[in-house]
Amino acid sequence: MEIYLPIAGIPVNVFVVFAMGLAVGFISGMFGIGGGFLMTPLLIFLGIGPAVAVATVSTHIAASSFSGVVTYWRRRALDLQLAAMLLLGGFVGTAAGVWLFTWLRTLGQLDLTISLSYVILLGSVGGLMVTESVRAILRSRSGKPAEIRRGGSHTWFHGLPLKLRFKQSRIYVSTIPVWTIGFLMGFVGAIMGIGGGFLLVPMLIYFLRVPTNVVIGTSMMLTLVTMATATVLHSVTNHLVDVILALILMVGGVMGAQFGARAGQRMRGERLRLLLGVLVLAVGVRFFVDLVLPPEEIYSIRMLEGPQ
Amino acid sequence: MRAARLALAGVVLAALGATPAAAAEKLVSSLSRHTVKITPSFTGAELVLFGIVERDAETPPHRGGYDIVATVKGPPETLVVRRKERVVGIWVNADSRTFVQVPSYLATLSSRPIEAIVPLDVARRLQLGLRRTLLPQQIGPDTADVVRDDPFRAAFLRLKDARKLYVEEKGAVTFLSSILYSATIPIPAGAPTGTYTVDLKLFADGALVASGNEAFDISKEGFEQFVAESAVDHGLLYGLASAAMALLTGWLAAVMFRRD
Repeated sequence: MEIYLPIAGIPVNVFVVFAMGLAVGFISGMFGIGGGFLMTPLLIFLGIGPAVAVATVSTHIAASSFSGVVTYWRRRALDLQLAAMLLLGGFVGTAAGVWLFTWLRTLGQLDLTISLSYVILLGSVGGLMVTESVRAILRSRSGKPAEIRRGGSHTWFHGLPLKLRFKQSRIYVSTIPVWTIGFLMGFVGAIMGIGGGFLLVPMLIYFLRVPTNVVIGTSMMLTLVTMATATVLHSVTNHLVDVILALILMVGGVMGAQFGARAGQRMRGERLRLLLGVLVLAVGVRFFVDLVLPPEEIYSIRMLEGPQ
Repeated sequence: MRAARLALAGVVLAALGATPAAAAEKLVSSLSRHTVKITPSFTGAELVLFGIVERDAETPPHRGGYDIVATVKGPPETLVVRRKERVVGIWVNADSRTFVQVPSYLATLSSRPIEAIVPLDVARRLQLGLRRTLLPQQIGPDTADVVRDDPFRAAFLRLKDARKLYVEEKGAVTFLSSILYSATIPIPAGAPTGTYTVDLKLFADGALVASGNEAFDISKEGFEQFVAESAVDHGLLYGLASAAMALLTGWLAAVMFRRD
């Protein structure tokens, strides 16, 4: 069944889009991430303009992360105070990201920036995750316990001022690195159309030493607010959020996420991380190949002014 | 299509009954419909252009018969064509050209190949065919069309053709009798909204003998129109509503799939 998307301006098959939502939702539920880094390229592949894809995926992720937040909230597994502090940085980052997005679009370098960001970010994060999880698996094979390094937890930024005690997470850190992480997440999210959960979770664990049980809930809370903000900002500045496309995606997404979460619980932590790492790395490599191989069509069109 | 045929028959009867005009030949034309509505199920449309060639009694019939060229133009738009180049191993947008106020949609429908209908200089003067249509580019403060084999111009035509927005069809105008003609105007799903003009030219023995005009509108209707207009006119409200919809969907999912 074809449906005409009012903002994207093309007809798409409802079932194809729904199935994409379902599949990405499954993965996002399984790994506790938003899945924007998969959804945005899929939409572009479907023929939807990169700008509309990025803006619309932010709406989709807002939905899937809110369903996660509700679940973690019931279990009291999220640190509202930490989320609020991250958000302060996140708001500024999102606004800066949307501004840069608009500017790059007029320059004609938006597609390149999105592709390059994917290559660099996904390539490095995916690579790190794969090596880390392979090591963990080898360690557990050889019989040694898989330890999470928590010793020597005082790094240089523990000397920074503006220290604050986060009760739920039981940490005492400066707000400067917290704001910086929040800013980065908001910025990256607005430009790449990703929630950044797969970046935020490791950063909270390794840099801020936030306990694992509150990390995912807190990360989802942050994703929720930055993505909802990005939705509003993209609507105001670029008028690019396709509400119909977003609705089909999110209905599929939230359903898939439920099944994914169940599948994820049956898997071991390091296996899960390896799988996610391979996935992240694969998407990064795919973008790299597209940038390096000679394109089939080296010309592209963009409308400056004219009818809708 | 059936309705179109009936209408066609009506026009023909009306035209046959009418007294001939003073001009030697006259083009009588109509469209199967004058508005195309974009609804949620819109996947493109086809309009039928039809009519007859009216000839007064004094005019001798042309031995070579008639030829018709119809040029359909969508609302004008200004756009940039960018070319990628390899910079330190990766492909980036480098050079670009701006096409100023060119048709967003352009279809040249003819009864035979244009080269076979008229001499080239006439075809060029009347801008018949995609190759001969003026596509002004921004050159400094001025606009001008460039040579036909300019790579940017060729790329522009190729990209428009790939989206089925620029069409050239020889043989699209068919004569059902010596004076009765019809043609199908293909409207792709991605066609922009606005007023489209149809310019008709009638040729006999390589000379222009009559011309005519038609127009139709493409507009988003109902829900599509509402969504598209709110997104542009009320960006903030639209964004807030989208975010609210996302929260509602997420909350519903969390409640429906509750496990504890």
